[in-house]
Amino acid sequence: MSEVALPSTKKTSRSIWRVIALLVVVGLVLALALQLRARNATQPTSGAAPDFILKVYSGYDGGSGKPEIRLADLRGQVVFVNFWASWCVPCRDEQPALEKVWRQYRDKGVVFVGVDYVDTEPAALKYLAEFGVSYPNGPDLGTKISPKYHIQGVPESFLVDRQGNIVLFKIAPINAAELVTALDHALAK
Amino acid sequence: MVSDIGLIAVLLAFASGIYAIIAAVYGARNKRDDWAMSARNAALVIAPLLTLSALMIIYSNLTGNFRLEYTSHVSSRSTPTILKITALWGGQNGSLLFWSWLMSIFVAGVMLRKWDKNRDLMPYVIAVAEITQTFFLALVVLFANPFAKLWQTPAGDIVGAVFGASSLFTPLSSLGFSGIAQTLFAPLGSLPFTPADGQGLAPLLRHPGMVAHPPFLYLGFVGFTIPYSFAMAALITGKTNDDWIRTTRRWTLMAWLFLGIGLLLGARWAYDVLGWGGYWGWDAVENAALMPWISGTAFLHSVMIQEKRGMLKTWNMFLIILTFAQVILGTFITRTGIISSVHSFARSSIGVPFLTFTGVMLVGSIGLLLARLDDLKSENKLDSLLSREAAFIAQNGLFLIINLAVAIGTYFPIFSELLTSNKITVGAPYYQSVVGPLLVPLVLLMGVAPLISWRVASPQALTKSALYIPGPITAVALVIIFVLGIHNPMALLGLGLVIYAGVIIAVEYVRGVRARHKTTGESWPIALWTLVGRNRRRYGGYLVHVGIVLMGVGIVGTHFYQQETQQALAVGQSLSIGNYKVTFRQLELVPSGQADKNIISARVDVSENGKFLTTMRPYQEQYTNGERMTPPALLGSMKEDLYVLLGGWEADGSLATFKVFINPLVNWLWLGGLMFIFGTLVAAWPSAAEERRAVSVERRALSANAAR
Amino acid sequence: MQDARCKSQVTGHRSLDAWWAIALLVGVIASLLVIGVVAAQGGTVTDDQVNAIAKRLNCPVCENVPLDVCETQACVQWRDLIRQKLAAGEKPEQIINYFQTTYGDRVLQEPPRQGFTGLVWILPFVGLVAGMAILVVVLRRMTARPAPVQLETAPSESADEYRERLERELKELG
Repeated sequence: MSEVALPSTKKTSRSIWRVIALLVVVGLVLALALQLRARNATQPTSGAAPDFILKVYSGYDGGSGKPEIRLADLRGQVVFVNFWASWCVPCRDEQPALEKVWRQYRDKGVVFVGVDYVDTEPAALKYLAEFGVSYPNGPDLGTKISPKYHIQGVPESFLVDRQGNIVLFKIAPINAAELVTALDHALAK
Repeated sequence: MVSDIGLIAVLLAFASGIYAIIAAVYGARNKRDDWAMSARNAALVIAPLLTLSALMIIYSNLTGNFRLEYTSHVSSRSTPTILKITALWGGQNGSLLFWSWLMSIFVAGVMLRKWDKNRDLMPYVIAVAEITQTFFLALVVLFANPFAKLWQTPAGDIVGAVFGASSLFTPLSSLGFSGIAQTLFAPLGSLPFTPADGQGLAPLLRHPGMVAHPPFLYLGFVGFTIPYSFAMAALITGKTNDDWIRTTRRWTLMAWLFLGIGLLLGARWAYDVLGWGGYWGWDAVENAALMPWISGTAFLHSVMIQEKRGMLKTWNMFLIILTFAQVILGTFITRTGIISSVHSFARSSIGVPFLTFTGVMLVGSIGLLLARLDDLKSENKLDSLLSREAAFIAQNGLFLIINLAVAIGTYFPIFSELLTSNKITVGAPYYQSVVGPLLVPLVLLMGVAPLISWRVASPQALTKSALYIPGPITAVALVIIFVLGIHNPMALLGLGLVIYAGVIIAVEYVRGVRARHKTTGESWPIALWTLVGRNRRRYGGYLVHVGIVLMGVGIVGTHFYQQETQQALAVGQSLSIGNYKVTFRQLELVPSGQADKNIISARVDVSENGKFLTTMRPYQEQYTNGERMTPPALLGSMKEDLYVLLGGWEADGSLATFKVFINPLVNWLWLGGLMFIFGTLVAAWPSAAEERRAVSVERRALSANAAR
Repeated sequence: MQDARCKSQVTGHRSLDAWWAIALLVGVIASLLVIGVVAAQGGTVTDDQVNAIAKRLNCPVCENVPLDVCETQACVQWRDLIRQKLAAGEKPEQIINYFQTTYGDRVLQEPPRQGFTGLVWILPFVGLVAGMAILVVVLRRMTARPAPVQLETAPSESADEYRERLERELKELG
């Protein structure tokens, strides 16, 4: 407090300021760096598919009778995960093909799962009815599943093999031929 | 290709910058004046080099050279000529070049004007300024190069690269330098690619507001490099008296003014073009530009204390470091998009180098500051808590707390997402409720500060001058406002405070003019002219405060009394808002003159209190890429703006949705902005006589203080 | 208009007539309010009612755009959903809660005040208190303490002070 401060107390207080300043700077830069990395993270194209629990729309449980689907529970089957939304125009382009391929492969150990991205239930149900979709579908409640797959928009699709690893990532609508090829390939393994 | 001239110029500028740093540091440490001169010349030559580079980009746009990646991104065959020129700053790469160019001009100006006045500081000024300049040029050359050309890879992708196919591409990418690799090289086997047409500027960027807003912002940001460089030079050389402040005072003021103009232009553009009814959305990128302006304002005020009383030296150093750090951080979060914002640049690889520079800059500056704390001891103490110095300190504290509040709101989503994996949004309501109350003591201080004398103020004299005249006038004004219908207590408080501040300034002016008139016999207008002319800092500063007062009136009006309504109207149907009635007459298709743009306009009749006022034509621009612009139709007066937007419509023109706002007092905001600009120019205008007098008075005051 | 008619009738027996006028006025206003409330519940939902709630939410797809301003298809759907819920009689708070649980915290314009995000509200307040405390400490440290030794130098001080003041006032007068 007084002007005639002991040199040691001044040095200690200065060291304290140095430490505080260093902590603040390091903390800030670290946080920004981590966030930068998170933002630049792209969709996974290989490795274990992030697990998720999808609460399904009523009538769209794929015949299991359960209110939700867990990706890990589907291990042993080939899973096709499709992110879509009723307000998404390109999604309409791929939907007929998706339903057609699903009907071909549903008894071959393949599961199709539709994840509805920031959609409203009435509009979603209308869309599903319009295209006669029969595979399991549910909303991404709380928008928790989409960030795990780092999607940038819809439609985006991922194919998960029997061991739970991602073998295909498609940004933009997928066509039937591409999907069939990938499914055959995954089933053969 | 002709644009290669620009590429070579940029590379030469980059090399020159690196040389300037080395030469400056060598010359400074070994006291070699010739090396210092060489560094100065190296810094000077960057300006014409970058001018050439920038002109090459503009030339490429004007001649439709779509082989150049940047031109194909920001220009097209149908882009109007003026927009082809301003597209220089329409995309990430070009705007980084534009930024570097502006900085080189500022640095050149300092080199030419200040070289002889501060020879001891200059070498380090060059070093620090050139470190910043070279950093931005490194970004331009290695990470976001506007001179990249288009190539088609063997896989069929179209990529941009400066030097084309190279065997270096794969090794560099696998070593982790994929950002640099992708900027400079294309995969082996890639061939030149020239598209038939460019993509053209995004619709949002095609408006006049977008022409002026970025340049002024960049001038502001770049301008703050100069006082920062001088401050660092002062710390490095140990010459921490106020030479560096006095030398850079006008530069700081100009940087602050440009940044303020950039903010005002952004607000005006948002209001006029974006069509959401307001002018400030508290978006992350808006805040990023606002925060350095807030700490810059604190800095501008507290340096006055250092100049007059030799106090707050450490604090001033801290403030200029904080301001410059917020410039860099603000640029970082804007250009990398790591905080969700309506302003978004495309993903690029500049994030990591930017963050590295930020870290180095912060650690270096604060380290220097802490090392030199002893040299920054105050020459004086406060004589009294009731003094101009204490008022400035309190004001600084308030500004910094506001800065902190805005920073918390802006950066919090990052921490929330990192620590809890939960994405959140901090929107306008947060900032309004946190910053609003803090403005109350700030405006009050702004009001009374001119009345508080330096060193020791007498409470009696202060009470007298603060209450006797301003008090009753403010009270009467408030009563009138109340009678006119303003009853909201917060609005009354806000208006009362700004009116109070305005009255005090008016009284100061009257007192000064009257004193001149009495002693010199000059007529009132001449007395006013000479009064202001001989005390530009003081009376110009008062005008800036008047600008703030006027803006405060606009802010209070729009914040507390904005009205809005939305309705779908059939032809002939009306909606009512306030005293207005808006009747939908007809939907019209208007020729746009641009191939990818449709303009649909609605003709509406507006009447007030039953009397026909005018016909307005709100319209929408629809672009082939799906984007839409909804600029408002405005009917304005000092009392309020009627702000009419065309929302949606039926294809047969029978029904249209309108959204209408009433923005009370909003034009006081723009008027205040003009006054703010005018006042700053008055305060900054050079006057030889005043400078001589100020210096001699300060010297005598300082020597008197030192004699104690 | 009711006012003027009442007033013109009220002459002479001022106080009693005044009470009647006031009672009549209150009655009219009250009945208007009742009618208004009934109409709001049974009638159509206005765009303004939808926007009042949409204003407090964010567009799910575009970054940082309030829901009442956004023009994308997703936002149009969301506003329709708000309209349906309002017509079904749900309260604004219920609707906001629905959007929060269905789509996550980021759809709110203001972060929730509970939990971790409550920090964003507390931190500025902490900063204010800390700032004021620091200000007090700093101001006290910076203030010259009146010491006996200063008395000796008082005469020369006042001469300097006087000179400063004179120069300042001369500068003011030009």
